[in-house]
Amino acid sequence: MNKKKKKFVSYAKWGYIFLIPFFAVYIVFSLIPLISTFYNSFFENYMVGLMQVGPKFVGFDNYKAILFNGDTLLYLKNTMIMWLMGFIPQILISLLLASWFTDLRLRLKCTGFFKTIIYMPNLIMASAFAMLFYAIFADQGPINNMLNSMGLPTYRFLAEVAGARGLIALMNFLMWFGNTTIILMAAIMGVDPCLFEAARIDGANSRQIFGKITLPLIKPILAYTLITSLIGGIQMFDVPQILTNGNGNPDRTSMTVIMYLNKHLYSKNYGMAGALSVILFIVTALLSIFVFNYITKDMEAAGIRKAKKKKAKEAK
Amino acid sequence: MSNSNKASASAKGANAGVKDKIILTTERVLCYIVLILITFLCLFSFYVLIINTTRSHPDIQKGFSFLPGKSFIVNMKNVLANENIPVIKGMFNSLFVAACSAILSVYFSALTAFAIHAYNFKLKKFAFTFILLVMMVPTQVSALGFVKMMGDWHLLNSYIPLIVPSVAAPVVFFFIKQYMDSVLPMELIEAARIDGAREFRIFNQIVLPLMKPALAVQMIFTFVSSWNNYFIPSLLINKADKKTLPLLIAQLRSADFLKFDMGQVYMMIAFAIVPVIIVYICLSKFIVRGVTLGGVKG
Repeated sequence: MNKKKKKFVSYAKWGYIFLIPFFAVYIVFSLIPLISTFYNSFFENYMVGLMQVGPKFVGFDNYKAILFNGDTLLYLKNTMIMWLMGFIPQILISLLLASWFTDLRLRLKCTGFFKTIIYMPNLIMASAFAMLFYAIFADQGPINNMLNSMGLPTYRFLAEVAGARGLIALMNFLMWFGNTTIILMAAIMGVDPCLFEAARIDGANSRQIFGKITLPLIKPILAYTLITSLIGGIQMFDVPQILTNGNGNPDRTSMTVIMYLNKHLYSKNYGMAGALSVILFIVTALLSIFVFNYITKDMEAAGIRKAKKKKAKEAK
Repeated sequence: MSNSNKASASAKGANAGVKDKIILTTERVLCYIVLILITFLCLFSFYVLIINTTRSHPDIQKGFSFLPGKSFIVNMKNVLANENIPVIKGMFNSLFVAACSAILSVYFSALTAFAIHAYNFKLKKFAFTFILLVMMVPTQVSALGFVKMMGDWHLLNSYIPLIVPSVAAPVVFFFIKQYMDSVLPMELIEAARIDGAREFRIFNQIVLPLMKPALAVQMIFTFVSSWNNYFIPSLLINKADKKTLPLLIAQLRSADFLKFDMGQVYMMIAFAIVPVIIVYICLSKFIVRGVTLGGVKG
């Protein structure tokens, strides 16, 4: 017995020990709150003035109220419109820039500089960025000053539906296109260069190479970008909240789902906030399954590549 | 192939070569023009910010100018003297919260990654799958339960709920795990064991130093995301002297805007934005590379 122990020591227990902090904190600060959110969504529980209503078990009434009587669907529509307005230019510009930066024939100079510039807005505090845009696009702000000095009338950005939504989309675009460009660049550089060379020898031009080789090969990462951006889009909060001071002006057309959730949380309407959270959880969970599949597939592929390399080495 | 044919083919080739060169040059010029436009779009708002911090309120109201004014020091003094929005206090609060979060998050994510990477145990696969599954769950959906619980525990206006949860950061874990897979051979750990090192010591003295590049990048990202975090702090903190920068910005927004000195407004925004820009400029190469380092590849 003793001999056996000396020969083979199991380190499995250390695996468990090192996992304790993560799981303890996750369970206490995320999992239990999540379950409590689910639990709260089944209760009527809010304040009218200083009077507390509930908590009283009401089954799925909160869900019914939030889906059919509330404005949730309207806010979801707003969120999606603003997300699309930002995402479409984002993916197009990112694809264009990524293909330029990786084009061996173009050999652009200063790509490092440009990459640095376009990534910068991603790290800026979204709330401060929104405040800055609010100041710049105010009725008497620098942009309107410029418009006036060019003889154009003042455009009240925050009083027009297109203006407010456009500004939010513009900010989201600015904050995320650099990130997407860098991810797509990595994807394009991961494509086997022999393929490009072979296509060029066969007489394909840049556009054909991009359309017929690059695009199909980076399709998985495009899909990944789309889904992660969509998940991020659903969480849109800081920018519209600060820009419109939480009102979603004009006439709640730039109010997002999370701003609505924030309103319920702030007014301590726990039943409604709970139901809304659960709906959001389900939506993001469905989308996340895709991301999860993608990541695990990618890791498996990496594992196979590694194994192949090892085999090749051994064969040598 | 006859000689004449060859000659004409090469002449054609030369012609095509010149044509290609012209096309290539125009393409390049076009690229640079677009890139410069995009650069302008990215930098314009920050340029306005910097210029307007140096101009006085009446100057700003008069109209925009591309040249800086002379009121930078006055604006700075006014902001520091403003007691309604204690921006310096806010900066220190943000700095404290972000630094603690970044350190905790990176250390424990590395520890978690090490547990999954280096040991074989029954629940390993389950643990890994679980972490990947919860990676995309947004914090907003559990915010209700979180805020309620913190209220019950009398932790409102405390930094504990802003700092401690960063111990469990699935995204940071994922990046570090990917990096660990590529740089940390098991032989090294076994060698250390033979030399008599205990597991904790192996992690702290061998694994952590090896992981430095990934840890540094992730530390920057967690720091920045904590520095910028607005949703959760806005639900937990309402005491003026505990507020972090994003909360002060929100307060600035909800205050009656026109009564404000615009020079001060721009200066306060600058307090929130400029430190990050400075750090970014110093570390940009490192950060841009880090976006994909150990990340998902196509």
